[in-house]
This record gives sequence, structure tokens and C-alpha cells, in this order.
Amino acid sequence: MSDTSVHSIPGTTEPELRDYFALLKPRVMSLVVFTALVGLLVAPIPVHPFLIFTSVLFIAIGGGASGALNMWWDADIDRIMRRTRKRPIPAGRVSEGEALGLGIALSGLSVMMLALSANLVAAGLLAFTIFFYVVIYSMLLKRWTPQNIVIGGAAGAFPPMIGWAVATGGVSVESLLMFMLIFIWTPPHFWSLALFMNSDYDDAGVPMLTVTHGNDATRTHILAYTVLLAAASLALAFTPIGGPVYLVTALVLNARFLHGAWRVYRRTTEAATADAYGVEKRFFKLSLWYLFLHFTALLADAFLRAIGLFGGAA
Amino acid sequence: MIRATHELHERRKGRNFGLGLILFVFVGIVFGMTIVKMGNGEDVLGTGMVSQEAAQ
Repeated sequence: MSDTSVHSIPGTTEPELRDYFALLKPRVMSLVVFTALVGLLVAPIPVHPFLIFTSVLFIAIGGGASGALNMWWDADIDRIMRRTRKRPIPAGRVSEGEALGLGIALSGLSVMMLALSANLVAAGLLAFTIFFYVVIYSMLLKRWTPQNIVIGGAAGAFPPMIGWAVATGGVSVESLLMFMLIFIWTPPHFWSLALFMNSDYDDAGVPMLTVTHGNDATRTHILAYTVLLAAASLALAFTPIGGPVYLVTALVLNARFLHGAWRVYRRTTEAATADAYGVEKRFFKLSLWYLFLHFTALLADAFLRAIGLFGGAA
Repeated sequence: MIRATHELHERRKGRNFGLGLILFVFVGIVFGMTIVKMGNGEDVLGTGMVSQEAAQ
């Protein structure tokens, strides 16, 4: 046997760095970076710019590590679902063992480095987030209960809390409400996606609400969570990190989101099929803007306070 | 047989350079964090030593 045959597996290509990067779910990481950064910047205690950079970087790496571990665990269903078939493991570019190794290594590294860069509270929250996403959500809830998204959404809601903890070393009402904003936003966001990607979850045997309780029940749930979300969103406006920009943004966005949820609620499957789930797709897109603009508004108010407007100390 | 230049080296060249760059940046980050923390007077290594600025 020549040494070339030892190193080359026929039909496979050598994984490149970008394949390993894809394991970290870059799109999810961008949300983690943004919300963690906002959580950090709106906190009342200033942090050195270099430590802001390193802390957010290690939070992002921790989020990426949990993404790699999720892809390792879910490789079997990722091969079935159309949406996930091109991920590095099902596409055959990276082995499951490599994803597991990368996930464990980056988890340990990110938590330790965040402890050094920020503090033990932030590092502990990051460790818990990784544990929650991989063990509680991916391993225990995702394939077992239609409430998977509801409880699992907590994992994606932790980053602003971690960012806040980097600056303050603790947890407070403001950080809990930022957590609640993402936590309650997650179900309507994912359920609207599930409405028009239903067959994917059905084929993979993932008990999404659309699969177990049908589309009508899902539409009712979307509306109910959107009402709860409006309450959490407006509550944040009356904390010290809220301000006029946030209040106006929250009022406008919640009015639009509630209107969208009402339209989704009133639809029948027949009507949705007739226009290729147009209303549901628009609601899903609106949900992305909803979260992005809420956190941008928090940042804008923090900036106004910093330059001495609307309650600033300057 | 191990040769000095193997086609494996060529195939993994991009990956190895990328990894080298990541490690270099990581070292820079650790160095930068140390400087910033020491500058703030934080006892990052737990040695009991603080920076001159903090001591003053």
C-alpha cells in the first residue's frame, strides 16, 4: 500500500478552514455577537475597548462551539432535512469526530478565556449556555417535545446577559428583560419558519408544534407568544437602559408584529398553500428585523445617554 | 515512507497557514489582554503584584 492511499479517501475532499468555520454556524454567531455587544455596551459600567473585543470574541467562539456540538449530535437528521443537508457533516466535508473534537476544544477555550478577559460570572453563564444548547436542547428536548423551541430558545437568549455580566459582573432586571425579549421572540420566529418548512421537520421526525399539533394550533401559539413578547418588549423601555428611541421603536415594531401575528392566526392552510405561505414568510422576515431593531434602539439610547441627552450624566 | 515534500503537505498548505495565522492572533490577544489587565492594576496572575499606576 502506498502512503498516498493512507491519506486520501476516495470520493472525499480535504476539509478546508472554511468547512470548520461553517461548523460554528456563522449566521447564529452574528446574532450572538450583536446581542452580546449590545448587552455589554448598554451596561452602566464602562469596559476597556480591547476587553470588549476579546470578551465578545470569546462569547462568539463559545456560541460557535455549541453550534459544532449541535451539528455533531444532529448529523443524522441534518442529512434528511433539505434546509440542513449542505452542512459540512451531511455534505461529507467534515467527519462527526472532527466536529465533536472542535466543539469540545472551543467550548473549554472560550469559557477559560472569557474568565480571564472578563470575570467568572460571565464565564459561568457562557458555560451554562453551551451546556443548555447542547445537552438540554439538542440531546433532550429537540426530538422529544413540541415545546423544544420554547425551552431551547433560552440558549439563544443568554448572550446579552453574558455581555451585561462582562461589564457588571452580575445579573439584573435589565439583563433579565433582554433575556426575556429573545426568549419569548424565539417561538413565534421559529414556528413561522416551521409553517412553511413543515415537511422538513416531519421527514426528520422532529416533533415541531406544526407536526404534533398541526398548523392551526401553531398559528394560535404564534399569536399568544407575540402578545407576551409585546409586554416584555415594552417593559424594557421603562428600565434605566430604555429611552425615547427604544420606546418609539418598540411601539412601532410591536404594532407591526402583532398585526402580522393576527394575519398569520386568521389564515387557513388552504389560503397559505394558495399563495405559497407569503404571509408567513413575511412574518418570519419581520421577526428578524424586530429583534435587530430592538437591540439597535437600546444601543442608540445608550449613545444618547453617553453624550448627555435624555438622562445622560455628561 | 515519509518524504520531505509530500502531496499531503501541498493539499493542506492553505489550512496549515490559516491555522498558523489563528494561533498567531491568539497569542496577540493573550498578550494584549495581559497588558490591559496589568495596566488596570488587576492582579491577573494572582501573584500579589499590582501595576505601578494602581499602587500609586
